[in-house]
Amino acid sequence: MSEMDDLKAGMEAYEAGVDKALSKFSERKKEFTTGSKSPVKRLYTPLDDGNRQYTQEIGFPGEYPYTRGVQNTMYRGRFWTMRQYAGFSTAEESNKRYKYLLAQGTTGLSVAFDLPTQIGYDSDHPLSQGEVGKVGVAIDSLADMEILFDGIPLDKVSTSMTINAPASVLLAMYIAVAEKQGVPAAKLEGTIQNDILKEYVARGTYIFPPEPSMRLITDIFAYCSTDVPNWNTISISGYHIREAGSTASQEVAFTIADGIAYVDAAVKAGLDVDAFAPRLSFFFNAHNDLFEEVAKFRAARRVWAKVMKERFGAKSPKSLSLRFHTQTGGSTLTAQQPDNNIVRVAIQALAAVLGGTQSLHTNSRDEALALPTEDSVRIALRTQQIIAYESGATETIDPLAGSYYVESLTDRIQNEAEAYIRTIDDMGGAVKAIERGYVQQEIQDAAYAYQMDIESGDRVVVGMNKFQIEEAPPKGLLRVDPIIGAQQTAKLHDLRANRDNERVQKTLADVKIAAEGSGNLMPPILEAVKAYATLGEICDVMRGVFGEYQQKVIL
Amino acid sequence: MERKIRVLVAKPGLDGHDRGAKVIARALRDAGMEVVYTGLRQTPEQIVTASIQEDVDVIAMSILSGAHNHLFPRVMELLREKNIDDVLVIGGGVIPDDDIPGLKAAGIAGVFTPGSPTSEIVAFIKGNLKRGS
Repeated sequence: MSEMDDLKAGMEAYEAGVDKALSKFSERKKEFTTGSKSPVKRLYTPLDDGNRQYTQEIGFPGEYPYTRGVQNTMYRGRFWTMRQYAGFSTAEESNKRYKYLLAQGTTGLSVAFDLPTQIGYDSDHPLSQGEVGKVGVAIDSLADMEILFDGIPLDKVSTSMTINAPASVLLAMYIAVAEKQGVPAAKLEGTIQNDILKEYVARGTYIFPPEPSMRLITDIFAYCSTDVPNWNTISISGYHIREAGSTASQEVAFTIADGIAYVDAAVKAGLDVDAFAPRLSFFFNAHNDLFEEVAKFRAARRVWAKVMKERFGAKSPKSLSLRFHTQTGGSTLTAQQPDNNIVRVAIQALAAVLGGTQSLHTNSRDEALALPTEDSVRIALRTQQIIAYESGATETIDPLAGSYYVESLTDRIQNEAEAYIRTIDDMGGAVKAIERGYVQQEIQDAAYAYQMDIESGDRVVVGMNKFQIEEAPPKGLLRVDPIIGAQQTAKLHDLRANRDNERVQKTLADVKIAAEGSGNLMPPILEAVKAYATLGEICDVMRGVFGEYQQKVIL
Repeated sequence: MERKIRVLVAKPGLDGHDRGAKVIARALRDAGMEVVYTGLRQTPEQIVTASIQEDVDVIAMSILSGAHNHLFPRVMELLREKNIDDVLVIGGGVIPDDDIPGLKAAGIAGVFTPGSPTSEIVAFIKGNLKRGS
C-alpha cells in the first residue's frame, strides 16, 4: 500500500473513533469557525494538500509567488520597521512624541493628521470646529510641518503619513522641509497612504470625485518615479476595510481589487508598469485568529504576484512582491478591562510577524477609550520588541509554512479573494463596484453579522460579553486641550499677514491651471507649498476645478 | 395602526467611522423602527433640519473623533432655538466617562460607549421617548 492509502485508511479509522467518542461526549460547539466565520475542520492532514505543487504555489522567500515572504532572508536580515502611528494636538506636541518614540527604539515615524488636515480644511474653517488636533496633528501650512519635524533628520528616518485626498500637498510639504534641512528628495524614504478608493468605502476622508482623485494619484506615481525614487507612493489599505467589518478574505479581495484599479489607471495614463509598481505598498489589519491572519498575509502576497504577472505583465520582482505594513485591529479592542487588550495586541502582532510584515504598528491598550498615553504606547512597542528579540518567531523564515491547516487556510483565502475579484471585474472594476455600493454592502453585511454574533453570545469577547467585572472608570486618559483650535487659528492669521501674498496667489493660480489641464500637479503644488499657501487654500483651488465627492449612502 | 418610532441616525462632524452608526441603524430597523441615516459629515444645522423634515422622534448621533463635546451640545442648542423639546437625543462613540455628565446636562439623554449592545439602545429608546408613539 502506498503512503497515501495508509493515510486514507488511518483517517477513516480516526474518524470512526471520533464518531464513537462523540456518541458519548459531544464537542464544545456544533460548528467550529475561524474569526471570519469560515468552517474549521477537526483535523488537517496531508489529504488537505490536494494537488498543490510546492514550487508553483509556495516556493521560496523572495521568489515568485512570494507566499513565503518578499525578501530572501526576511527577519534574519533585519527586523520589520517598528512604526507607531502617532500625532495629536499641535505640531510642537507631536514633535515631542516623535522624539520620545525614537528614543524608545521605534525605527520609523508614522504621522496621524487631524480630520481637518485629512479633508483639506484649514483649522479656522467652520467645519473644523471641535476637530482641530483631535485624532492627529493639525497641519495648515509648511510652517507647521517645519515644527513637526524639527530636530528629526529626514535622511535618517523613514516617515509614513496617513494622508489620502490631499496626499500631494502633504508630500510636497515633506519634500520642502527636507530641502530646508539640506536633504534632497531623492534621499527621502517613507510612505503616503494616498489610497482614495478605501476612503469612499471605509474611512471617509475623501474630498474629490473618483476621476480627478485617480489622476492625482497617478501624478504622484509619475512624479516620484523620477524625483523621489525611494518613496512608497501609495499604501493600498485593507486595514480600514477590515475595521469597517469585513472578513479576512474580503480584506484581501477588496484591497487587491483597489490595487488593480490604481495600476490600471497608471498604465492608462501611459506609465510603464515596472517604473511605478515597485513603489506600491500595502497595509493590512491583524485580528485575533492567529492562523487565519497568518494565512491571509501569505495569500495576499500570492494573489498580488499573480495579478501583476498575469494581468499586467510586470517583470521586475519588486513589481510582483507585495510589501506591507500591519496595524493590529483597533475594532477588536475593548473599553472593558482595557489591560486585556495588551494580550490581544500581542497575538495580533505575532500573526503579523509570522505572516511576514515589513512594518508594524501595535495598538495601545487604551485605544477604545481615547488616544494612547505615553505609558500605553511604550507597552505596545515593547510587545513588538519581545516578539522580535525573545519569541524565536524571527529566527527562521515563514515558520508556519507546511502546516496542513495554515496552507489550507491560505488556499481558501486565495480562492475566496479571487472569486470576489472576478465579481468586481465583471462590474467593471473597483471604481464601478464602489460607485454602485457593492463593496460597501458586502462589508456592512459582515459587520452586522459580527455584531449579532456578539449579542447572541456565539462570539465571545472576554471582558465584554463574558467574564465581566464591575470597573471604576479608567483614569489618566490623554485629552487634547480644546484651546488648540484657537491657537492654530491665531497662527494662521499671523501666517497670512506675514507671507508674500502675491507669490501665494501666483502659485495658486498655477495649481489651478495645472488642475484644469493635464500636466502633472505635483510641481505647482510644491511651489505653492513653498510659498506658504495653506493646505485649505490649495485644496480649495482643486475643489473649484474638480468638484467634491457625494457619498453614496448605503444601509 | 400604531405609528412606528422614527429615528434619525446621524454622523456629525468630519469623522468617517460609520460602522457603528450603520450597525445601529440596521438594528433599530430590525427592531421595527423607521430609520433615516444621514451619511457622513453633517453639521449640527443639517442634522436639526433633517430631524424636522423627517419628523423623527429620536436623533441618534455617533462620533469617534473626540469632537462630541463641541458637536452634541450644539445640536441641543439648535433644537432649543427652534423650540423643539419632544425629540429624544442620544449619542455614542469613543466618549470618555468624564465627559458623560456634561453631555447629559446639555440634554443628551443617553450616551453609549464601545461595547454597548444594540439591544440596550433599542430598549433605551423605547423606554425614553418624549412623544407618544
